[in-house]
Amino acid sequence: MTADSDVRVSAKKSVGANPLWRWVLYSVMIVLAAFFLFPLVYMVASSLIPDDQVLAKSQSFEAFVPTPFVGLENFSDAIERANLPRVFANSVIISGLIVSLGLVVNSLFGYALARLRFPGRKLLVGVVVALIIIPFEALAVPLLFMGAQVGWLDTYQIQILPFIASPLFIFLFYTFFLSIPRSLEEAAMIDGASPVEIFTRVVAPLAKPAYATVAILGFLFSWGQFLWPSIVTRGVDVRPLPVGIGVFATTPPVSWGDIMAYTVLMTLPLLVIFLIFQRQFVQGVASSGVKG
Amino acid sequence: MTTAEVSAPTTEKPKRDKPMGTETRVAWTFIAPGAALLLLFIVAPFVLAIWFSLTNQRLISPLPTRFVGFENYLGELADPLFWKSLWNNFRFAAFVVPAQTAFALLLAVFVNQRIAGRVIFRTIYFTPITVVMAAAATIWVLLFNVNGLVNGFFELITFGNFAPDWLNDPTWAMWAIIVVSIWQGVGFQMVILLAALQDVPGELYEAASIDGAGAWKQFTNITVPGIRNALIFVFTVTTILAMRLFDQPTLMPRSPGGPLDSTRTTMVHMVDLGFGRQAIGRGSAIAVIFFVIVLILTLIQRRFLKEESAQ
Repeated sequence: MTADSDVRVSAKKSVGANPLWRWVLYSVMIVLAAFFLFPLVYMVASSLIPDDQVLAKSQSFEAFVPTPFVGLENFSDAIERANLPRVFANSVIISGLIVSLGLVVNSLFGYALARLRFPGRKLLVGVVVALIIIPFEALAVPLLFMGAQVGWLDTYQIQILPFIASPLFIFLFYTFFLSIPRSLEEAAMIDGASPVEIFTRVVAPLAKPAYATVAILGFLFSWGQFLWPSIVTRGVDVRPLPVGIGVFATTPPVSWGDIMAYTVLMTLPLLVIFLIFQRQFVQGVASSGVKG
Repeated sequence: MTTAEVSAPTTEKPKRDKPMGTETRVAWTFIAPGAALLLLFIVAPFVLAIWFSLTNQRLISPLPTRFVGFENYLGELADPLFWKSLWNNFRFAAFVVPAQTAFALLLAVFVNQRIAGRVIFRTIYFTPITVVMAAAATIWVLLFNVNGLVNGFFELITFGNFAPDWLNDPTWAMWAIIVVSIWQGVGFQMVILLAALQDVPGELYEAASIDGAGAWKQFTNITVPGIRNALIFVFTVTTILAMRLFDQPTLMPRSPGGPLDSTRTTMVHMVDLGFGRQAIGRGSAIAVIFFVIVLILTLIQRRFLKEESAQ
């Protein structure tokens, strides 16, 4: 183990030791960083200047300087025009329920598959793996029909219920539960704990990393959803943030300042959460690939 | 195969007969909520999609639904718009899949170097993942405006000889979508490849440098084979995501799939028919065709991964 990491260090040092190579590397990496960041800086700068100035000064580097500065005027306009408190609350309700209910439903399912013995278990694992392949898009048209039949268009439930149970997340929990040692559960069983108690008191606390991964991935997927809510919602009442941007698609002149303020407000929550839980995000995404 | 799988748990039945009954009950209680939701929201609509694709079902219609056999499929296969949509997915994928995979690998190799600030760079490269596509598309619509920053940049390096009206020009609209997609998505692939890079045993590099292999030789002979599975995963997932392209061509051009259907993808086409024109039968036929394409891609991926583990 120690030998292994020593070798790694030396292998990498030999590359980074050459000062010329190091400067080339840094320069390229900084140019790439600029490529990833400039649209975000541009977005923020554009959200702080008058609507008619956004396009007027967008062709030079002045676009990154927020002058003439109008403060948060665009933000208050955007909040009012898009009924932002409502749309934001919709997003929180929809994503919040998908993620939290999904954690419970998918982890219970994954645990039963990994640990409990019952007839048909292996077959069920196979079914879950097969269901991972079906992309949501292939189900959208019949789901729309089903929703219309029961009068669920323009509701929260049609945006939440189809996404709670996820074959991919069940499978992620299943492989995680397989990887943790059995001994603690067996000890709890000897102490007379019921299966439910074993799950809630012993297994679930151990599975925190799996819950974090699934919560992050689930939040990432659900917060940005566009296709489905744009099909099943019409008014602003139950619309989430990404679809809410449609209110700005009016006849010209387009109020670019308001639109950029709206995109800032739409981006900010996830960005802040990401910067706080940066490590968990990266680990979560990395582990989504390992299982593939 | 099925019998073997089912009989495995039952062979253990006599051994622990009493707890089996309760354990089965507990198991099904744990599974029930998820199973009900999967049945209702994946299995049922999937079966319905196949059934609807063989009927003239409409969203709202006074006429009774009629079985039409393969009419919807034949109709789609004869529709130039369907082929145009598929072609657009194809040309998007043909560029984005290799380019994005290679770009992600480059970024992963960079942030895997033992240099100061690597975590900061990794965070920056990954940040656009947290920008939802609707926001990313909107920002880039502005950047790709004929008087926007992208053209400002090209004016600088081509002295004003290159300034297309990106999103209103059938030749260039797809390229704008390609740039947004890579900008927003490449961090995801980078992180997956980075995790794989860190699992390649260091001794291999040590042995190779003793043998006198240079950096490029080490990269092609150790790094690439060492992360083969992750590369296959990234390659196929990106291909499937390319097939699902919808948000960008809906949000970025003046009309979805425009201009002149140059960014109309299979998903845009499906939503246009199934929802816009409420032709559920026709939309379902596209959904089934789309599923078959994704299935084939997934099977190819599994095939490649199996070959690897067999070696």
